[in-house]
Amino acid sequence: MSEDLNRERDGEAFVLRVEGLTRYFDVSPPWLNRVIERTGKRIVRAVDGVDFAIRKGETFSLVGESGCGKSTVARLISGLYEPSAGAMHFGRRGDSGEKLRVQMIFQDPYASLNPRWRVADIVAEPIRVYNLCPDAASRRRRVGELLEQVGLSASDGEKFPHEFSGGQRQRISIARALAGEPDFLVCDEPTSALDVSVQAQILNLMKDLQREYGLTYLFISHDLAVVYHISTTVGVMYLGRLVEWAEKKTLFSDPRHPYTRMLLAAIPDLGMSGKPRTPVAGEVPSPINPPPGCAFHPRCPFAEERCRREVPQMRSVGGRYVSCHGVEEGRIPDEDALVPMNGERQ
Amino acid sequence: MNGMENNVAAPVADTAPALLEVRSLRVEFPTRRGTLVAVDDVSFSLRAGEILGVVGESGAGKSMTGTAIIGLLEPPGRIAGGEILLEGRRIDNLDYERMRRIRGKEIGAIFQDPLTSLNPLYTVGRQLVETIRTHLTMTEAQARRHALDMLKEVGIPAAEERIDHYPHQFSGGMRQRVVIALALCAGPKLVIADEPTTALDVSIQAQIITLLKRLCRDHGTAVMLVTHDMGVIAEAADRVAVMYAGRLVEIGPAQAVIRDAHHPYTRGLMGSIPTIGRDVERLEQIDGSMPRLDAIPPGCAFNPRCRQRFGRCEREKPSLIGQGDRAVACWLHEQGEGAS
Repeated sequence: MSEDLNRERDGEAFVLRVEGLTRYFDVSPPWLNRVIERTGKRIVRAVDGVDFAIRKGETFSLVGESGCGKSTVARLISGLYEPSAGAMHFGRRGDSGEKLRVQMIFQDPYASLNPRWRVADIVAEPIRVYNLCPDAASRRRRVGELLEQVGLSASDGEKFPHEFSGGQRQRISIARALAGEPDFLVCDEPTSALDVSVQAQILNLMKDLQREYGLTYLFISHDLAVVYHISTTVGVMYLGRLVEWAEKKTLFSDPRHPYTRMLLAAIPDLGMSGKPRTPVAGEVPSPINPPPGCAFHPRCPFAEERCRREVPQMRSVGGRYVSCHGVEEGRIPDEDALVPMNGERQ
Repeated sequence: MNGMENNVAAPVADTAPALLEVRSLRVEFPTRRGTLVAVDDVSFSLRAGEILGVVGESGAGKSMTGTAIIGLLEPPGRIAGGEILLEGRRIDNLDYERMRRIRGKEIGAIFQDPLTSLNPLYTVGRQLVETIRTHLTMTEAQARRHALDMLKEVGIPAAEERIDHYPHQFSGGMRQRVVIALALCAGPKLVIADEPTTALDVSIQAQIITLLKRLCRDHGTAVMLVTHDMGVIAEAADRVAVMYAGRLVEIGPAQAVIRDAHHPYTRGLMGSIPTIGRDVERLEQIDGSMPRLDAIPPGCAFNPRCRQRFGRCEREKPSLIGQGDRAVACWLHEQGEGAS
């Protein structure tokens, strides 16, 4: 797989290459309970062997339903969790060979800003940590610039986070992330807590900043329309594994993995007025006891014996990466034939 | 179904009398710093079997309107003006006991978070039976049979077994199905569904919307679907009402409003929603944010954010002006300029 990646996307500057990234969480009851109740350890496989590569200047999005491990991937990459296994190879800053600077924007603009700090101190923290400004005066000037860049005013630095609305707080989070002069921004559902009109403002701002500074984004979201709007490349996760990833257009116009197809068929869309559509049958199983073989097989209309037994490997198929036995064996029919999955499962 | 008619997908005639009629509804919250108006002069009607979507951003007053209709406003919030009529009878001035009998029996409710709408200490069967027996004359055994039918109808697999399970034993999507069964079990004529899919995953959302739509068609139940998700509206609603800062700014058939919005706010809102397959470098942007309830600007509440405002917008409050089945509260349309 990793050789495959290197060969196919060779010659391009990578910001990040991830190989077999894995993170398990131990959610066992305490030792004494396990002995008395004669139960074993319980392990959640939040992320289970994920491979992908992010090119410089692109927006790589991960989508999936809750519990699929997309936020865990974001936290692993930004270093908030240690991986249980696997490797992350970060690129270098420009030609200098300096380490890549990674910053993160979180989902909840209420919880991710310290309520006791003034906005100027919040935004200045990465500047202090990286020692980017020699003295307090230049630091203050820089904070003012950053606040103006995200559409606030320099005088807002004197205020506290509670004086701002959700959208303005998310602007403060972005200013803080930019303060560290990052190359790579990990954005975990940055607009999910916002209203649509404010979401549009934040997405526009993120695109403007990307163009201006050549930033690379890892964008985590469950909203496929937002992902379509902002991404260059999209990866779909299901129960801790990446099931398919490709260029945005390829993925949305011609999805191959049955799960990707179901997900795309399920979204309510403005253009869909009145049309009948195909809801995804069933629900996501627990990641504590994921189904053996391909984790999607209990919901998959094309599952066969091999899918129940053997974990599919990620393969390159026609300009995309898919992990599905069906796709590999060529027995997944073309899009239109997906009609048998109609109605809710009764 | 006991006591329920099966008027399958009967098209709603324009002449059908209104099931629910809201006239100049005003909801106020007295606070120490003055009175906040959460819902201001809202009027609309809902016909039997119709799904009316109510959209708006947080704080627009959409949930508050729904809460006022079912009579569950939290004090100090109160209905300060207007009337709510259900089948021609006023229900906004009923006492607690009489309203309690209407709630559940004639108006069902589905809330955003299925876990908080179910009692964690009782099995779902017991909660269904209790609701059924409160509103319908049935023996314990009949009620249980009816409960079982409802669970089957909302698509709970192995309902015979699941009826004796507790809410925590259900997944989020299944719990929301139970809540829908609970809302529909007494055969209400109207269901207020407040963000019924917001707490659910996209794939489950689709299942719930399809289910809700089908059940309401089958039972002839009208639904007031409160949501911030235009996709859900496009999918499910017959008509849509758009709210902004406590006021109704536009109302009309869902597809017409989505395709060709008249109010500048609705138009901006539609443009700001990213859509799959629509490639734009930047989304349309409405600058600023919705005013807080204590700082609603005079005149049209949207005027500081509106690109098409003129003198009159800052001075006078526009009211809903109808053109056929559509109505819009905007001075541009009063003069017939932007009207199509």
